[in-house]
Amino acid sequence: MGKIAVKRKSTFIDMTPMVDLAFLLITFFMLTIKFVPPESVEVSMPSSIATTAQPPKNLMTIIISQEGRVFFGVSNPDDRVNILRRMGKEYGYTFTAEQENQFRLLNDVGVDIKTLGQFLDLSPEKRKEVLKTTTGVPIDSTNNQLDKWVIQSRFATNDGLSLVIKADQKTPYTVIREVVNTLKKQKLNRFNLITMQEADPRPGRVETNEKK
Amino acid sequence: MAAEVGGDGGGKKKQKKGRKKRAIPRIDMTPMVDLGFLLLTFFVLTARLSVPTVMPVVVPADKDPNDKEQDKVSEEKILNLILTGKDRIYWYKGGGKKEGVEINRTFFEGAAKKSDPAAEESSSRPAYWGEGVRKVIFEKKQELKKRRRELNFTEEDPLIVLIKMTDDAVYRNMVDILDEMNITEQGKYMLLDADPAEIEIIKAYEENEGKGFSVEKSLAKIASGAGNKK
Repeated sequence: MGKIAVKRKSTFIDMTPMVDLAFLLITFFMLTIKFVPPESVEVSMPSSIATTAQPPKNLMTIIISQEGRVFFGVSNPDDRVNILRRMGKEYGYTFTAEQENQFRLLNDVGVDIKTLGQFLDLSPEKRKEVLKTTTGVPIDSTNNQLDKWVIQSRFATNDGLSLVIKADQKTPYTVIREVVNTLKKQKLNRFNLITMQEADPRPGRVETNEKK
Repeated sequence: MAAEVGGDGGGKKKQKKGRKKRAIPRIDMTPMVDLGFLLLTFFVLTARLSVPTVMPVVVPADKDPNDKEQDKVSEEKILNLILTGKDRIYWYKGGGKKEGVEINRTFFEGAAKKSDPAAEESSSRPAYWGEGVRKVIFEKKQELKKRRRELNFTEEDPLIVLIKMTDDAVYRNMVDILDEMNITEQGKYMLLDADPAEIEIIKAYEENEGKGFSVEKSLAKIASGAGNKK
């Protein structure tokens, strides 16, 4: 009269394959990921059929937001302090060692040189607040600071930077023209526009990175 | 949730000779899986699939106004595209500006615009750009290639496209039209600003949406406008 004891099955699942898979995927994503340093302003770039990948280093980037605010950045942190000192000399400002250090970490400048010192003293959170309302680097003909930033960057790096322009789809052409004219005055007639890739409509062409 | 290293049942049967039973080491992998998927989620979310590409652009250097020898290009070779607001493109063939009144021929021969309000609202490249502009460029290209002998052009592909931007255009229009140059394999093009006279004409055209628009009237306007400028 013994009851038949139903054997309790263990609920232990062998998770090894799952772990294998998960780690495989992690490895894949870790290796393919490219961390993009945060920029002061978000832009949505237009797309083109261009297949040349963005050069990885020694970049001088001009970011133009949808509202037409201009930001200027140099990719190599070691050049930044040098450029800042030159800019300080040009406009008659001196920056403290701490400010220079902070500038070294800054991906792009989006404030008037007048307020740059103050801006560098702020905490990262406060800076974000300021960046929401900043008017960007001035580009008017009477006070063209972008011009100076570009010139000083070229001097500081022996003209070793490639220039890229990253603008929002909806940026008015008037601002683009101002920026391009600024560059033209420095005989910078060649530059690169950053775009997102899209399919080539020409028959027989496949979207590849091998073209160039 | 400690890792349980231990027997997997089976302890009772083989307890002979006081020999220690061989435990099959089994590790609870749940925390590891948790961590694994956490990291996985992180990388998946931060990964950006589309890599930004760059499109090289060359802008013409500002001309020396004293140099009269420049610009001696046969007007037959020129196609003008004028980019305005709302993603519209207007186009005409010929040089126009040079002789003052020479914007004749086929101004607005067919403004490359389709009245498709949906396309105008959407943020992506308007569909008619592809069909419209590309067709215009190809047709002009073909026409020039056919007439190459007759017109004594030495080049294989004599077409020159002048891209004229107005203030209402946006950056995307510029990238799109430069992209069209690449798609049509058009090597010779120039990115310029639109003439005030051209802007005037387009304004007149848009006022009545092409209805009752008279080229003659606008030509007179251009004549006076361009006359003042030159």
